[in-house]
Amino acid sequence: MIRFILKTFVITELEIRKIFHDPTEIVLRTVQPTLWLLIFGQVFQKMHPMNGSMPYIDFMTPGILAQSVLFISIFYGIAVIWERDLGLTQKFLVTPTPRTALVLGKALSAGIRSIPVMTIIYMLAFLLKVKLNLAITEIFTVLLAVVMASVLFSTFSLIIACLVKTRERFMGIGQVLTMPLFFASNAIYPIDIMPRWLQILSHVNPLTYTINVLRSSMLQNQSQANVFRDLGILMILCVLLIIIGGALYKRVII
Amino acid sequence: MAIVVQTEQLSKRFGDFIAVDSLNITINEGEIYSLLGPNGAGKSTAIKMLTTLLKPSSGDAWIDGISIAKSPFKVRSLIGYVPQMLSAEGTLTGYENLLLFAKLYDIPSKEGKQRINQALAFMSLQEAAHKPVKTYSGGMIRRLEIAQSMLHRPKVLFLDEPTTGLDPIGVKSVWEHILELKKEFGTTILLTTHIMEEADKLSTHIAFLSRGKLVASGTPAELKNSLNKAGATMEDVFIYYTKESVDSQRDFHEVAAERKTTSRLG
Repeated sequence: MIRFILKTFVITELEIRKIFHDPTEIVLRTVQPTLWLLIFGQVFQKMHPMNGSMPYIDFMTPGILAQSVLFISIFYGIAVIWERDLGLTQKFLVTPTPRTALVLGKALSAGIRSIPVMTIIYMLAFLLKVKLNLAITEIFTVLLAVVMASVLFSTFSLIIACLVKTRERFMGIGQVLTMPLFFASNAIYPIDIMPRWLQILSHVNPLTYTINVLRSSMLQNQSQANVFRDLGILMILCVLLIIIGGALYKRVII
Repeated sequence: MAIVVQTEQLSKRFGDFIAVDSLNITINEGEIYSLLGPNGAGKSTAIKMLTTLLKPSSGDAWIDGISIAKSPFKVRSLIGYVPQMLSAEGTLTGYENLLLFAKLYDIPSKEGKQRINQALAFMSLQEAAHKPVKTYSGGMIRRLEIAQSMLHRPKVLFLDEPTTGLDPIGVKSVWEHILELKKEFGTTILLTTHIMEEADKLSTHIAFLSRGKLVASGTPAELKNSLNKAGATMEDVFIYYTKESVDSQRDFHEVAAERKTTSRLG
């Protein structure tokens, strides 16, 4: 177990060092959520879609954070295919490193890539006068949910990459998955107003559980009743996917 | 002399296709053993099995007495592997590339730093140690990768076409350093190559594979003498035993992969 944790951190350290050497990607990642909050959010606010229950910008801020996490993580698998083509994956697989540590190490780096985006979204939300809950415990819960969702979606992406094996197919599948995951969640509209079939889909969508936690913890005066249950669901899914990812990782090189 | 690598009836089948067919080889400590053969002869599959990337369909192999089929995880601590393509992390420095591999191989931090400095000196990379690898020449990257795979002092080092895609200066520097490794550390090396001069110059033993089977094996001198032809070269030996032209070596996939690496590293 100690070996697993240590090796996981080595892989994450490698990814962090890569980010420090070339932070361009991190800066570019913040553009999209900024546009959503400043343009989409501001325009939709005028339509009063929440019927006065809360300002729309407050409602959508946690949704946009979750969306950014999803977009950062869901194309992660392509890096695995790229590294396979370069021989890097083979090199790592030949070291005495548990496969699950390779998978989790990479997945955690998706979490780390999400943290600057989370910071920018908090800053923008503050400027847009969103009623943020800035208690340390709540910010920590948000951070935990962001990292777990990143691990979950990037591992899901890695599993797809190990199955489809080529960049072209992966890009196709990635495109097909992203929008349904986003739309079948409560990111930019509440579940209550969805048609029945979409409500069912949204209940099996891990993004919904992520958004539930984010909405409860980011905003003031929200019910905290289901936070532990939702974090638990995310955790179980993460563990399951990492085990599957560890078992399939080798397939990408064959 | 101690046996470092031994295979017994080692075979790999993909459906009906037999990639490696009952391979029996023995590599002694300190040898540089070259595996030669045309594309599709089974060299890469054999290396993938010996480095635990692929499970054998039947037969087994032992690295320093440990079975690759039964204990692949243990075997991984005993081997070093340098893949064909230049695969160091381009955005990281040479030092960082070595540091992370020292950690992956469980080398204690203090010891690791010593070995890294030693490796950088040995591979003539001290000056470039803190520059990003993407600024290195092909020969420097390859030397860095060999250093990376030697940090944990493996029992055997696998080099898959170590000089493919390098310019003549790079090739020469890699050859020199491989021979130095043997001289200084007595490292046992298994390499594959398509360059007959390389095999002739570096190897203590050469084995030819064709269609998955071992067709000839011996020292470079023994193999050349076996042709009973004055001035026989290793190319003649290759053609004689594998019945294929040396010219039509590289398929489209290999050339494409090499181009991709070159463009990635600028």
